[in-house]
Amino acid sequence: MSEFKITRRGLLKSSAAAGVALAAPTIFSSKAFAAGYLNEPTGKTVTFGFNVPQTGAYADEGADELRAYQLAVEHINGEGDGGMLNTFSSKALKGNGVNGKKVVYVTGDTQTKSDAARASAKRMIEKDGAIMITGGSSSGVAIAVQGLCQDAGVIFMAGLTHSNDTTGKDKRANGFRHFFNTEMTGAALAPVLKKNFGSDRVAYHLTADYTWGWSQEGSIKKYTEELGWKTAAAVRTPLGAGDFSQYITPVLNSGADVLVLNHYGRDMVNSLTQAVQFGLRDKQVNGKDFAIVVPLYSRLMAQGAGENVKGIFGSTNWHWSLQDEGSQAFVKSFGKKYGFPPSQAAHTTYCQAILYADACQRAGTFRPSGVGKALEGFKFDGLGNGPTEYRAEDHQCFKDVLVVKGKENPTSKFDVLEVVEVTPRAQVEYPASLLGGELGPYNDGK
Amino acid sequence: MDAILLQILNGLDKGGAYALIALGLTIIFGTLGVVNFAHGALFMLGAFCAVAVKAVLNIQMVTIDPTKTTPWGAPMEIRQPYVEVWFGDFGTTLLDFSVPVSILLAIPIMLIIGIAMERGLIRYFYKRPHAEQILVTFGLAIVLQEIVKSYFGANPIPQPAPDVANGMIDFGILVGFEAGNVVYPAWRFIYFLFSTAVIAAVFAFLQFTTFGMVVRAGMADRETVGLLGIDIDRRFTIVFGMAAVVAGLAGTMYTPILSPDYHMGMDFLVLSFVVVVVGGMGSLGGAVAAGFLLGILQSFASMNEVKAILPGIDQIIIYLIAVVVLLVRPRGLMGRKGVMEH
Repeated sequence: MSEFKITRRGLLKSSAAAGVALAAPTIFSSKAFAAGYLNEPTGKTVTFGFNVPQTGAYADEGADELRAYQLAVEHINGEGDGGMLNTFSSKALKGNGVNGKKVVYVTGDTQTKSDAARASAKRMIEKDGAIMITGGSSSGVAIAVQGLCQDAGVIFMAGLTHSNDTTGKDKRANGFRHFFNTEMTGAALAPVLKKNFGSDRVAYHLTADYTWGWSQEGSIKKYTEELGWKTAAAVRTPLGAGDFSQYITPVLNSGADVLVLNHYGRDMVNSLTQAVQFGLRDKQVNGKDFAIVVPLYSRLMAQGAGENVKGIFGSTNWHWSLQDEGSQAFVKSFGKKYGFPPSQAAHTTYCQAILYADACQRAGTFRPSGVGKALEGFKFDGLGNGPTEYRAEDHQCFKDVLVVKGKENPTSKFDVLEVVEVTPRAQVEYPASLLGGELGPYNDGK
Repeated sequence: MDAILLQILNGLDKGGAYALIALGLTIIFGTLGVVNFAHGALFMLGAFCAVAVKAVLNIQMVTIDPTKTTPWGAPMEIRQPYVEVWFGDFGTTLLDFSVPVSILLAIPIMLIIGIAMERGLIRYFYKRPHAEQILVTFGLAIVLQEIVKSYFGANPIPQPAPDVANGMIDFGILVGFEAGNVVYPAWRFIYFLFSTAVIAAVFAFLQFTTFGMVVRAGMADRETVGLLGIDIDRRFTIVFGMAAVVAGLAGTMYTPILSPDYHMGMDFLVLSFVVVVVGGMGSLGGAVAAGFLLGILQSFASMNEVKAILPGIDQIIIYLIAVVVLLVRPRGLMGRKGVMEH
């Protein structure tokens, strides 16, 4: 008679094995695992995953991102007028897809919520076989999805995300950002603020209470204090507060003569509108004209604030009124298809799709580590921001930064911002070690 | 001292909005016994009445300027609103006053929406548990939000106050402070006056009209009023419509303070429920008093001096007050015995 004997060691071993099997993400059991790397395309097409806010407060920005992606796919596949592919310095893409495969795409809705964004990215990777995920309109979401893509083993080409952390302390080898960050905003904006408002100023910050807001506040404080400005107070406001009047009234008698609104989207529209209603734009403090600064502008959002943006300084990644060849080609292509000019969100996402496709073509593979190496240190021009480099150390694009001002006499509802200075790239560059974080190794998903 | 005065003023307009929404919620709860989670959506629909009126007044005559093109090669369009083309200066004034003018549209529209909502959906849920009422009205709120978003988009749409009300009122001078120390936007003060006028009108209507008397009697004892041969259901339908109008007007007039977007109702809804609970379920006076009280306390909690002692207090003050009030006075500040207790 055989004896079934359970030993303590045996039980521990089999429990550990069962635990590992159960804990392994489903991604490892998907059919993609059989290939050389995750979701290696085997047919005539390759699938991109566009993860943008289709519902929620940033739905309009997400819709513009999606329009840009659709345009980019058309151009990569050789349809339409070619847009910025005609002006792009790299000529690897020939208008016949990427590596001989036609690009198709799937979309996901981030809802501007980290968990929803991760779920939709996961779905596109596991179910739809997306080789790359791109898009988004929030730093919180970008950092969450970047982490997921790193763990899964696909490339993440970030959309509109401005927090330092995306390519700073939360950077990942599989993640790449074309958009600028708060450090660059601070470096670009400070000299313009000094020129217009002098170096003897007292600033009061209202800051959205999440990763991007903290990052923005930190950068602006750092650069304005270097100018000689003092900071009266930095007050955190809840995201989506709606009515900011209770945070604005203390500014009136605080002795501050500059209000810095570290808000984006709906918060920016509301806080700026209300600050103007409280007469801050026309106020005199310490014998000086009171000033309001909105460090990160979005033309789509500025439209929501209407006339209140007039004369107010900020920065932006790109603006459709730029006169370089690349920008003009993009505005023409986008405007012809949709009837209005593209936003900065549309521009950065279009660039990301093109840059990814180009890197795959140059690398001759879709393998994340191969594509990543092709992007690292890649220098290019013709995409609307002048000579640009994807820095190898942190996967951050370095390029000129635009300082803008709300236009006094707009000629149309799209014409709300004017570019007051194109800050050269050298002025906004910083050592990669400044923002901390580790890229770690690439993950090819095997 | 001037900072305190400013925060009191701040609390008044916010409190006015809370009070108007909470008043409607309480009326509906007191008469129909329905917990209406779609009430915030009614506030939002009222705000979008202002957006719609401005959009209609702003329908533009488009002429093509053949000498100019857009950056993407299309011919340049020159746009001018028809009201300005047709009526000249009067048209410009009409556009400027689009928010107050939209009250004229908001009243009938919100009345129709309220009555349609009650007859078409809510009445089927009178005898159902509160949980089901909450689910169905919450669902309705989401549907209304999404409809508005599909037409108007997700971004806030600015609705400026008339130029004449865009300035500031210097309250500091009135109470002996230096000029410019306690200034307050004129439109916010107008909103406060408007909300008190609407609240007074609602109270007068319920207090001094026969219709109001029947409604109050119905709130106290629906069955007996029905036995007297009065069609109380029909009157309650009208009361629902009236509550919708109150919420809608609160939204219409709030648009210059908060650029409307499809989600604005939800932000106010949760706070307004807290206001109703703090004021006392079913108590109209309690809802109004709690609305202003919480509005002012929320403003005070945002003062830097207060936040230095209790960081983050501005974000939880309303809920903290609700907890304290419910512990000390379980029926709320002015709650009636027997409401929501069976």
